[in-house]
Amino acid sequence: MNGVHDMGGMHGHGPVAPEKGEPVFHARWEARMLGIRRGATFPSEVNIDRWRHIRELIPPHLYLSRSYYDHWYMSYVAALLQSGWATAEEIKSGHAGSGTAKRNDAMRPDQAWESQKTRGVFTRAVETPPLFAMGQRVRARNINPSGHTRLPRYVRGRVGIVGRHHGGHVLPDSNAHGKGEAPEHLYTVAFSMQELWGAEASPHDEICADLWESYLEPA
Amino acid sequence: MNSIHDMGGMHGFGRVEAEPNEPPFHERWEGRAGGIVETMSFPPGFPGDRFRYLRETLRPDLYLTQSYYEQWLYVAEQILLEAGMISAQELRDGRPAAGEAKRNDAMRRDVVWDYLHDRTHTGRKLEQGPCFAIDQRIRARNMQPEGHTRLPRYARGKIGTVTRHHGGHVLPDAHAHWQGPAPQHLYTVRFTARELWGEAANARDTIHLDLWESYLEPA
Amino acid sequence: MSQHSHGRDDSAKIADHHHIHSELPSDPALRVKALESLLAEKGLVDPATIDAWVEIYESKIGPRHGAKVVAKAWVDPAYKQRLLTDATKAIGELDMLGGQGQHMVALENTPGVHNLVVCTLCSCYPLPVLGLPPAWYKSAPYRSRAVLDPRGVLKEFGLELPEHVKIRVWDSTAEVRYLVLPERPAGTEKLTEEQLAALVTRDAMIGVAKVTA
Repeated sequence: MNGVHDMGGMHGHGPVAPEKGEPVFHARWEARMLGIRRGATFPSEVNIDRWRHIRELIPPHLYLSRSYYDHWYMSYVAALLQSGWATAEEIKSGHAGSGTAKRNDAMRPDQAWESQKTRGVFTRAVETPPLFAMGQRVRARNINPSGHTRLPRYVRGRVGIVGRHHGGHVLPDSNAHGKGEAPEHLYTVAFSMQELWGAEASPHDEICADLWESYLEPA
Repeated sequence: MNSIHDMGGMHGFGRVEAEPNEPPFHERWEGRAGGIVETMSFPPGFPGDRFRYLRETLRPDLYLTQSYYEQWLYVAEQILLEAGMISAQELRDGRPAAGEAKRNDAMRRDVVWDYLHDRTHTGRKLEQGPCFAIDQRIRARNMQPEGHTRLPRYARGKIGTVTRHHGGHVLPDAHAHWQGPAPQHLYTVRFTARELWGEAANARDTIHLDLWESYLEPA
Repeated sequence: MSQHSHGRDDSAKIADHHHIHSELPSDPALRVKALESLLAEKGLVDPATIDAWVEIYESKIGPRHGAKVVAKAWVDPAYKQRLLTDATKAIGELDMLGGQGQHMVALENTPGVHNLVVCTLCSCYPLPVLGLPPAWYKSAPYRSRAVLDPRGVLKEFGLELPEHVKIRVWDSTAEVRYLVLPERPAGTEKLTEEQLAALVTRDAMIGVAKVTA
């Protein structure tokens, strides 16, 4: 999706302005939101790829003006609504509708650490051998899907060199839309700054991006 | 400038909401705002292209939420502030500073009609002939100017065909930054939808852009 | 039909649900409180579990883990080799793998090459070795400029690199997570591994700073 989230190369957002001695959380609600995201029972169809896409679909002006954990809140609520796990009325009131059955299988506090240690393994076996070899010149394809992808706009159509092969990984473009994990070979591709930004860019700096096989074609 | 205004090809903004029988101004203040911007005294020699540039510098979330005439007001304020014709304090107070002499050279009502119908044209005679010929294949350059440009991101690095030559026109990239009109040959260039958006795009559709000579190189 | 053309209707439905945000109060504290109450009422979350997760990220996981990896690589050349060859395995040796850090790559800074990590598309970050990312890492200014003007970004952090140093920016577009192995500062030959680890900052392991003695 060519959303406002696809920010690589944009001007106009101002200085980075890091905060010295920044606390882990700026407000209690941020910590609660993180804990909800990690610890609450959540619709299983909302895998991490779908989660990211839901976040990308936050209305652009809210995406740009609301803070990070507010993005999590907005995405969480949209996910609950879309999966039918909550109604708009329940979200607004903060109370379950009458007659809601209460579950009793929520993650226990003592289960949190184990969850942190084991979640998020995305490598998968792929039957076909990798198409591209180390050192091979490849071009990132010019695709403009309205659904989820991890091929940033600034890389599309540009030529780089394969630097690393990571084996098979879950493909977000498929997984985000309930079409299955459809794993593909994943590569790190190195692009020169000039290739990406033009002749006025640095002559020797590089940008590396991790790209799935279907994002690439031989160059 | 790669700012949020450069929207070509973006997803996530929703449907086009066409309002039937839309009035020229939705509120009275919009008409006043429009009138202010059209008739206020500008700094001497103010380059029209700078108006667009200043609008592009609006904070991205405000660009997306403030209505069109609100943004015109913002730009008008910036123009007067940067020229020293008003001060930030005066803007906050809504009154001139004490002791300020009042000018008496504001545009009069009776000249407005002629003024609107006798705008400065951007066409200029050029001594050098055009670099590119009709039907020539060109590539839009890949560049990332931080200042004003009229080469959208979605066309950079793409190959198209020259279809028309408009003669010399004021170059916005220079004009917007007080560098004078710096006119260049202006062309209409035709790009296929597939060239811009990839193989999934319609095979027959074309997009035409008016591009200055320095935006182009032979393909 | 390629997987790249899926998603239009699905995305539109999700976008519709985002309309609710204009009907909710603007204060996020109120909204999150209501959400927590609702989820607790439905038995979808145990508030004590929320506390446990907060404790994990406030106290149990943080940049001290990554600093240990770096210090060990500085003092133990064989470990450093293992780290650069297969960081997932090497970091696993120290029992520091976890969610958003199961697939690791270590990037060695040298006098000629400086590495910088970003996620332009969202906020991907190696949580188990660095803890939660700072707000600036997730911000629009960093995400937009790190790939376009890395030298300008580094200057904002007070780091100016000579022209001949090659900058490599790593955009975390997949689930591979990157840890910068900063250069060991001169004059630290006599320090213990623990003392070395205390010098290593989070910012150095992202790539916006160097380690100083």
